[in-house]
Amino acid sequence: MAAGALARGYDPHLTGLADAGHEGPAPKRIVTGFGFWIFLLSDMVMFSCFFAAYAVLLGQTAGGPTGAELFNLRNVAVETTCLLLSSFVCGMASIAADVSNHLWFQIAMAVTCVLGLAFLTIEFREFSDLVARGAGPSRSAFLSAFFTLVGCHGLHVSAGILWLLTMMAQVFAKGFRADIRRRFLCFALFWHALDIIWVAVFSVVYLLGSAA
Amino acid sequence: MSEWAMFGKLSWSAIPFDQPIPLVAGAVVLVVILAVLVWVVLAGHLPYLWREWITSVDHKRIGVMYTLLACVMLLRGFSDAIMMRAQQAVAFRSEGFLPPEHYNQIFSAHGTIMIFFVAMPFVIGLMNLVVPLQLGVRDVAFPTLNSVGFWLTATGALLVNVSLVVGEFARTGWLPYPPLSESTYSPGVGVDYYLWSLQISGVGTLVAGINLVTTVLKIRTRGMTYMRMPMFCWTTLASNLLIVAAFPILTATLAMLILDRYFGFHFFTNEAGGNVMMFMNLIWAWGHPEVYILVLPAFGIFSEVVSTFSGKPLFGYRSMVLATMAICVISFMVWLHHFFTMGAGPDVNAIFGIASMIIAVPTGVKIYNWLFTMFAGRIRFSTPMMWSIGFMVTFIIGGLTGVLVAVPPADFLLHNSLFLVAHFHNVIIGGVLFGAFAGYTYWFPKAFGFRLDESLGKAAFWFWLIGFYVAFMPLYAVGFLGMTRRMQHFDVAEWRPWLMIASIGAGLILTGIICQIAQLVVSIRHREALRDLTGDPWDGRSLEWATASPPPVFNFAVMPDVTGEDAYWSMKRRAREERAKEPEYKPIEMPRNSPTGFVCAFFATIMGFAMIWHIWWMVIAGFIGAFATFVVFAWRDHDEYEIPADEVARLDRANLAARRELVTAAGGA
Repeated sequence: MAAGALARGYDPHLTGLADAGHEGPAPKRIVTGFGFWIFLLSDMVMFSCFFAAYAVLLGQTAGGPTGAELFNLRNVAVETTCLLLSSFVCGMASIAADVSNHLWFQIAMAVTCVLGLAFLTIEFREFSDLVARGAGPSRSAFLSAFFTLVGCHGLHVSAGILWLLTMMAQVFAKGFRADIRRRFLCFALFWHALDIIWVAVFSVVYLLGSAA
Repeated sequence: MSEWAMFGKLSWSAIPFDQPIPLVAGAVVLVVILAVLVWVVLAGHLPYLWREWITSVDHKRIGVMYTLLACVMLLRGFSDAIMMRAQQAVAFRSEGFLPPEHYNQIFSAHGTIMIFFVAMPFVIGLMNLVVPLQLGVRDVAFPTLNSVGFWLTATGALLVNVSLVVGEFARTGWLPYPPLSESTYSPGVGVDYYLWSLQISGVGTLVAGINLVTTVLKIRTRGMTYMRMPMFCWTTLASNLLIVAAFPILTATLAMLILDRYFGFHFFTNEAGGNVMMFMNLIWAWGHPEVYILVLPAFGIFSEVVSTFSGKPLFGYRSMVLATMAICVISFMVWLHHFFTMGAGPDVNAIFGIASMIIAVPTGVKIYNWLFTMFAGRIRFSTPMMWSIGFMVTFIIGGLTGVLVAVPPADFLLHNSLFLVAHFHNVIIGGVLFGAFAGYTYWFPKAFGFRLDESLGKAAFWFWLIGFYVAFMPLYAVGFLGMTRRMQHFDVAEWRPWLMIASIGAGLILTGIICQIAQLVVSIRHREALRDLTGDPWDGRSLEWATASPPPVFNFAVMPDVTGEDAYWSMKRRAREERAKEPEYKPIEMPRNSPTGFVCAFFATIMGFAMIWHIWWMVIAGFIGAFATFVVFAWRDHDEYEIPADEVARLDRANLAARRELVTAAGGA
């Protein structure tokens, strides 16, 4: 190293670190996955705003019902189980994709889809039940924040299911092409990230809310 | 029932037949656009434009289109500005020529357009154009998404301009503070135009941010370690990290306001427990980083320009990197200084006041670095360098007045006064816009292969610089005299002379803009005389100058190996000793062009317009269209094409020949 630095002569901008260089552009799979991670982080920033709004508006029930009066923990437990199981099965789909097994890939994705739809159904029933009881989002600031936070997650799950069905169709029609594998990697990341956000929703909204 | 009518809230009454100014302005714009379209079609340019530009996924083309969008919108934003200056010059104890509801739309549109559709696309355009070249690579990380991002930004700009003739724009200022922006007090579609154009262009900005962060972190040529990246790449990284971290906050905040307005939610309302201060905190948690999103790339441009035109490496490169990243972090810790007067209390105000003063420190480090770069350098006063020096003087004044309003007690006097207006114009014009102009002149030859006319460029610089001081220094004075911002008329005699002077300044800036337009026209007509065959017209130091101007679609026939900072400078030095052997050319894979971005933006426009006017069936149609576009894109079988090695060799030999001549000439001398 010292000899190298001497050979280059004295130049503060050639630091002698030249040999510990950078290998050049990363492979596509890394680039795609990395970019999608950045997107997921930005999505979490967005969720954190809705969490913050929920925390600020938690007490602003405007004489209306509080979380403790509204939340049904058993319902939420079933919901949570569906979503966490769907994430597990989505992991199975990843394994099937890795070994290029079409049948198991489609089965695992279909099960993921059914579990996701079950989650959405339970959430939709909870929402419509609340609205029927006069505890809709325009009742109070607390309920506005609640519906927005939980609903935003629900919208993400819905978008995820649309993506999931497109992925299934694509793998069916085109097989495990390199670009489709990359897309599936992103989908799997997205689906697991929704789980992480749900764990936070479950803890902050439902667990803490029922205790209060 | 009317909510479900065929065209929602839209009817003929939406067109302001009773207001001549927007109607005539809109008609003129429409005629110009139609004339350009007719000319394009008749002259047979449409297939070329479609093939080479509209569907292009080439980062250089997209960068040029971003910059062009910014320049066009600058004209729109500036015509708003000159109307406001004219109004305040005449509205002493009178109504002036702009009625209040129109004046309020003008200042709202001016701020919105200048920040979101001039400053943002300008810096994003320059980053797109230059960063992959500086990193020595062939493209950005996500070329098609890049195109989607640009076209979504253009959609936002389009919607803002549609509001000129169909309906109205927001009257709530460039940030729609509730409760004024709630449907109770702003029942019209103005705020909705604001919200949807920013939501749509915000998605575009986020996409651009993700793309550029990934590009800088994952796509660099061999040997381009972090500490060898040109300064502009560092500031691009910092700025885009801020985009990724801050723009989702804007999206969430505007989404809450949308829910309030469309579905009767209570995030920011006066009733049912809504919290107005939450809006202030959220919007400025995005808004303050946004300031640095804009100015950091400008700092990067100045670093490149000052170093090139002083003929020296950048002084204190490492401290510059550190200062950039420090600003990146601290920018998230000062947002409360935008509302010291809104009841946070002395402790909180003191903390945020001190944090705001601290952020001036890394900025000061940068100023000293530029000064020391110039010190003992062989300075060439070309137009980009003139903008840089103008920036240094102007930005220091703007920065110092910023430190002044960062002191909470002083801010209680100056809050929402014209002093504040003068301050942020001082930093945004003197910092961001001068930087954008420096970058535009500096990299124009790289993008098009010929230089811009120097004398008109210098004339434009002087008109802008003097015009800026004449327009904004009086506003500091009149702010001290107690004039608040956004006044449609006034009756204090002491303010009048200052406002008259300010309007003269606006006229000088107008002259500067005319010079810039003339510069572009003259340069295009004299392009053969201004032609640059070397690819390196300024004796540059970084890799964008190592390729031809304009660069071939693949940028570099052989990706360069980097062994130190100022990569191209050291290559040039070595080239004199060892005449480069002909490299071994290989075929190059490049992404295929795709209309995905354009089609997707088309549907986004439909969706946004339908949302604004509550035309629900059209929203659904737009959504289905956008989704279908992505599926079609995902379904295509060939997303790349190959440029054969012979073709690469042919293009590169032509490029190298011009350079060899230079080296030979220099060697002989």
